[in-house]
Amino acid sequence: MSIEIQADVPLVLGSHTFESRLIVGTGKYATYEQMRNCLELSGAEVITVAVRRERLIDADGRNILDFVDLERYTILPNTAGCFSADDAVRVARLGREILEGLENPGADWVKLEVLGDKKTLLPDPVATLEATAQLVAEGFQVLCYTTDDPITARRLQEAGATSVMPAGSPIGSGQGVLNPNNIRICLEYLKGADPDYPVIVDAGVGTASDVSVAMELGCDGVLLNTGIAGAREPHIMSEAMKHACIAGRKAYLAGRIPRKLYATASSPESGTIAGKGGA
Amino acid sequence: MCNNTGLRRVQISVNGEQLDLPAGTTVARLIETLDMRPKLVAVERNRELIPRAEHKDCVLHENDEVEVVTLVGGG
Repeated sequence: MSIEIQADVPLVLGSHTFESRLIVGTGKYATYEQMRNCLELSGAEVITVAVRRERLIDADGRNILDFVDLERYTILPNTAGCFSADDAVRVARLGREILEGLENPGADWVKLEVLGDKKTLLPDPVATLEATAQLVAEGFQVLCYTTDDPITARRLQEAGATSVMPAGSPIGSGQGVLNPNNIRICLEYLKGADPDYPVIVDAGVGTASDVSVAMELGCDGVLLNTGIAGAREPHIMSEAMKHACIAGRKAYLAGRIPRKLYATASSPESGTIAGKGGA
Repeated sequence: MCNNTGLRRVQISVNGEQLDLPAGTTVARLIETLDMRPKLVAVERNRELIPRAEHKDCVLHENDEVEVVTLVGGG
């Protein structure tokens, strides 16, 4: 006997459509082989990469792209390490140039990070806004890494961002979603006029339940890297994150019960053989 | 276009390092000299992106600052 459950809609990010709502980074793995296996186990269809100087003296001749199936994954280049709008725009263009040459569908988009501070890796909201506007004008679909400040989030959306990606907590900090209330408000503001506008929690995911929390709040996806790469057993964590994302999404679609202060019995109150008792 | 350049050299900064190259070196030739894979890199000269199609014609000049980048792991 099969039970029919209404299928979920896919994740739509601008011109891209995906089944998986988990976006996974390619950094910090012990080996390229481990990275490749983790990406596969996570079920991700989108993976992020950074743009960096090529080594002048070749250490071992291997490039990450040798371990990434370009037919399977849509590459999302980031502008990590940029502290100004100008630099972020330069990096975005360079990422696009490489992906165009490789004919990967990720050639038209970028994960925009413009940082304000090395210690916290918090984004510079002013520079992020500036870079968003410029990149949108140059034809990029911009996915903006930002804080969970709803006002900044709204500004980025108004500037034309394809998706706004509020951090759960600082990059690599593993603290999960520290301020679910702000994420709720971000969702309300960003989806008010367009319920399908994609909001993705990006940064700070420490373990599987963090992913579920984000999805249960109503986010459209989660982006993470360190949570998998830094786990004791990254392969196992990749699977955990995959299932957590699905679980959180289904719980959101299912509609949870309300939180109540007092109990409500699950078993019938009448017909019990037990004597009366309790208050 | 590249007459009598056999003996002249130019000093060019590539990825922050000073390189001494034959005058008339193109971007394409630089990538080849550095043993990089053309498909996996993108090039900026003086903070301006040089599209792939122009690599073989773009001649590098004295004091040019060149960035040759590729994709690496990142979140």
